[in-house]
Amino acid sequence: MIAPGLRPRVLEMARIDKTFAGGVQALRQMSLTVGEGDFISLLGPSGCGKSTALRLIAGLMPPTAGRIVWEGGMKAGDLGVVFQEPTLMPWATVAQNVWLPFRLRGQSFAAVRAEVEAALELVGLAGFAGSYPRELSGGMKMRVSIARALVTHPRLILMDEPFAALDEITRQKLNDDLLALKARIGCTVIFVTHSVFESVFLSDRVIVMAPRPGRVVAEIAVDAAYPRDIGWRTSATYGAYALEVSKTLHAAMEAA
Amino acid sequence: MTEADIDPDEARRLRTKRVENVAKWVLPVAVLALGVWFWDRIVVWNDIPHYLLPGPGLVVETLVKDWPLLFSALLVTVQITLMALAVAVIGGVGLAVLFNQSRWAEMSFYPYAVILQVTPVVAIAPLIFIYVDNRLVGLLLCAWIVAFFPILANTTLGLKSADSNLHDLMTIYRASRWQRLRFLQLPSALPYFLGGLRIAGGLSLIGAVVAEYVAGTGGIGSGLAFRILEAGYRLNIPRMFAALLLIAATGVAIFAALSLLSHLLLHKWHESALKRET
Repeated sequence: MIAPGLRPRVLEMARIDKTFAGGVQALRQMSLTVGEGDFISLLGPSGCGKSTALRLIAGLMPPTAGRIVWEGGMKAGDLGVVFQEPTLMPWATVAQNVWLPFRLRGQSFAAVRAEVEAALELVGLAGFAGSYPRELSGGMKMRVSIARALVTHPRLILMDEPFAALDEITRQKLNDDLLALKARIGCTVIFVTHSVFESVFLSDRVIVMAPRPGRVVAEIAVDAAYPRDIGWRTSATYGAYALEVSKTLHAAMEAA
Repeated sequence: MTEADIDPDEARRLRTKRVENVAKWVLPVAVLALGVWFWDRIVVWNDIPHYLLPGPGLVVETLVKDWPLLFSALLVTVQITLMALAVAVIGGVGLAVLFNQSRWAEMSFYPYAVILQVTPVVAIAPLIFIYVDNRLVGLLLCAWIVAFFPILANTTLGLKSADSNLHDLMTIYRASRWQRLRFLQLPSALPYFLGGLRIAGGLSLIGAVVAEYVAGTGGIGSGLAFRILEAGYRLNIPRMFAALLLIAATGVAIFAALSLLSHLLLHKWHESALKRET
């Protein structure tokens, strides 16, 4: 495994500022380098600018100052996004939902059927291609959303608190499955969360953020190799990292 | 599951549900039967002459006897109603899409759509028949004015109601304006449109009938409204009732057909069409 920082670069954010029209400074001087295979968590309380950072990276709004540069430029399909809600089209079947990114590029379903089926297989929904979203549980809808995000083999996947609305048992199961997925396809992920445990469990870098104005206060490398096995959640290393991240977060909140 | 498996409270709820399922059909029929019987008795007991209030038997008799005349009138009314509904759909959806795509167009023209809607059609219709020579076009125009607004208003709302995260997703995947409309906004608007369509169906019938009252006699095939007017002049009250019956039945048939259409299009995915447990 190549250490973080030595991996080929996917994207670089350089001293990003974002101020909204109302004068609220959502983000101040945020810099972040994303390497291939990184699993980065943005961790912080509400209003720390973590979702704003995701929207900037996704190109949904421009930064006030600073720049975001994709290595080799960014093409459609380089980016996959998973929102807090499953965000599926209720009138379309599971397969049609996953087909969407291709469909918008003018590719017929027949042409990409194999890709769609492979993505559904990856998230464990092989038998549900013809189901409608309303027939699925919350966790399964989220899996469809993940399948749609990775069906184009994106260079970067953004996840905006994807499991926050799910019950704890489903959330843990999806966390486990996300790690297994990462081990299989080696995807690069930026994961927004307000759970210390989730961030340490999943990522190899935790970016701790604080509000007013939104900013990065610390970056903690979680030095544990993937695939992380079943014992990771209960290991002493995991506990120590969780404690360190918690303390950093608290210190940042006190100072704010 | 047998009733032995469930507790008394659940059993009671199950029974109530069964009774309600039957009552839903039996009660309206019973009310109808009672109403018709009462109507008949009033006529008989009071010796009311048929040119004031015909009994239900005479109305049905007239319906059968005048069927050729009334049926051809019905066809005319149905034809105008359906054409007006079709034009209302095209005009309503077309304007809604235009307003959705262009903020400027919406700001410029939406107030006038509202004015057209709130002005009673009986007040506009005489003017229309002064300036429009073709009777059919005049009737269509009147019915359209009444029917298009619910479709416009509902579809406009529907096009705006698409999930904002799905909008973001469209942006991320670089969807064109047309793709965004085709794959996201139009499907999102479908349930709203169908709601508007059901209202517009009834309104286009009202529009067609009102317009015909105003247009009065003349030329080619006359509809049910004209037959009612004509029968009124001749004190042929039973025929007035028979024609009225046909208009009401037409309205119910249109509503039922549009409800069925709505169910067929939505039952697979939309909340409104889902059956809930308990």
